[in-house]
Amino acid sequence: MTPFDQKTAPHDERLIKKLSEIALTIRRNSLIMTTKAASGHPGGSLSCADILAAIYFHQLRYDPENPNWGGRDRFILSKGHAAPAFYAALAIAGFFPTEELWKLRKLGSMLQGHPDMRKTPGVDASTGTLGQGLSIGVGMALAFRLDGKDNRVYVLLGDGELDEGQVWEAAMSAAHYKIDNLTAIVDYNRQQLSGCTEKIMNLEPIVDKWKAFGWHVIQIDGHDMKQILDALDEAEKIKGKPTVILAYTIKGKGVPMLEKLFLAGDCKYHGTPLTETELARALEELYG
Amino acid sequence: MAEKLALMRDAYGETLVELGRRNNNIVVLDADLSPSTKTSLFAKEFPERFFDVGVAEANMISIAAGLASVGKIAFASTFAVFGVEKGLNQFKQSVAYPNLNVKLVTTHGGISVGEDGSSHFCIEDLAVMRSLPNVTVIVPADAVETRVATRAIAEHFGPVFMRLSRPKTPLVYDDGYRFMGKELKFEIGKSITLREGRDVTILATGLMVAESLLAVQELAKEGIDAGVINFHTIKPIDREAILRAATSTGALVTAEEHNVIGGLGGAVAEVLVEENPVPMVRVGIQDTYAESGPWRELFAKYGLTSSDIVKAVKKVLKRRGR
Ligand SMILES: Cc1ncc(C[n+]2csc(CCOP(=O)(O)OP(=O)(O)O)c2C)c(N)n1
Repeated sequence: MTPFDQKTAPHDERLIKKLSEIALTIRRNSLIMTTKAASGHPGGSLSCADILAAIYFHQLRYDPENPNWGGRDRFILSKGHAAPAFYAALAIAGFFPTEELWKLRKLGSMLQGHPDMRKTPGVDASTGTLGQGLSIGVGMALAFRLDGKDNRVYVLLGDGELDEGQVWEAAMSAAHYKIDNLTAIVDYNRQQLSGCTEKIMNLEPIVDKWKAFGWHVIQIDGHDMKQILDALDEAEKIKGKPTVILAYTIKGKGVPMLEKLFLAGDCKYHGTPLTETELARALEELYG
Repeated sequence: MAEKLALMRDAYGETLVELGRRNNNIVVLDADLSPSTKTSLFAKEFPERFFDVGVAEANMISIAAGLASVGKIAFASTFAVFGVEKGLNQFKQSVAYPNLNVKLVTTHGGISVGEDGSSHFCIEDLAVMRSLPNVTVIVPADAVETRVATRAIAEHFGPVFMRLSRPKTPLVYDDGYRFMGKELKFEIGKSITLREGRDVTILATGLMVAESLLAVQELAKEGIDAGVINFHTIKPIDREAILRAATSTGALVTAEEHNVIGGLGGAVAEVLVEENPVPMVRVGIQDTYAESGPWRELFAKYGLTSSDIVKAVKKVLKRRGR
């Protein structure tokens, strides 16, 4: 297995076990980072940990020794507030030492509150204002096609983020340009900042919406590693139109206390880190 | 003297509730940030007059325009960076141009947002909003001023942009809008002279008003007598106050948590250059993107503390010759 291309590995028990362990580390470090920073977004970091593990340790082509390698695929964290999970994945991938994680959000740190492509090796798009990642991804995908290159683009969006009109402008344009070298993934945890999406701004019927916009839609359990891997492969095989993976997830996944609060519609831990005491307990109970 | 701290956001949310009780025509909108902007307080008491449109700022502003065009007084809130930048054309086209009664009140202005970093900072809001015809631009200095300002903009007919801050910030005023025992009156477009000075005048807005008052004390130790004027209104700018200060001290320093381009410094310079070009120096962010960090540390690194104002005063006095 070269660091440049890992995705030929079969989706077997061994791979799934490895990726699940990585996801657990991403979760653990996201929690520790945000508590140490005394700010940041735990809930939406935990819900996308499995997706990030699958992308960074199986699907994506990159070289941590050479972050600007031209042959790399691109990943865009459009829901930029999940930066802790993203940084945790980049550290495991070897883009920078793990110690950097503990400087998250501190003055002078390479790890900004939201992804910054000029400060952090491995980050290819600056995000934080929701709604822009898919458009940036469409631009990258068009450029690769113009250059006859086979690089792929992956964009991870939040479900609350889909409220932004620009997401649908991007969706329409991706289908219009018949972009098939881009995969969008929606972390459908059914919560946003101030409550559940159903209550704040209902997205359903979401499958019909993406289909009507000309996309191939795959629905999966976003915490089932096999389903994530299979969906990422299926997306690559679809030609002539873009693919979106609707990943049904749980906000706060892996920490029973957080899962319970979010499911009850209490979004306090969307943008509030755990206290030291809460963290100690969460790390003991952490799973998934 | 221990600093007293308070949240402008609390003052805003509580005043909205007070206004809502008095006037059925007040409606409030938010874009999935009501727990932060504190419009949640209004939402709780008047759920039928509160609209959370989700993460959709552009939509929010044009919906506010529609509500206003049918006679509502529409307050729309989110963070400054999203309200100003994601809804700018909507604010111009659907609100400012037709001169509708929409109040865009954004929290998390400037860089005192802190740890979230540059994606969430807004150091261009005053420049941008100030350049839109019909728009009134307000920046309260603390929680007390936020209360009176919120009432005043509800009374005022027309588009208003008001910038509030994220953190708990030092109180400049005592309850009831008093300063040094004196009760004040908040009038849109009329600055507040907090202190007369013989040698130099500091014209400040927002969180920099408290910093300016600290600078006055530091300057006094060196025998420099500095005055401070709080420009809670950036537009219409109080020309008379600027010209009075120019005549009386002949040297001005502006202080704002904003890019040095186009905000309070820009507004003051425009007046001076046409009427009485005395030396002035601008304290503000030097046309750069800041970074994540605790806000006090950011103020130190990006030149927004009382000692930066002191330095600016010395520089302007040297230019004037004293
Ligand atoms: C344009 C914009 N508006 C508002 C915000 C503030 N904000 C940060 S996260 C968030 C909610 C996002 O919900 P979702 O996309 O579902 O993310 P998740 O639940 O996965 O964390 C909001 C409103 C933002 N970052 N960008």
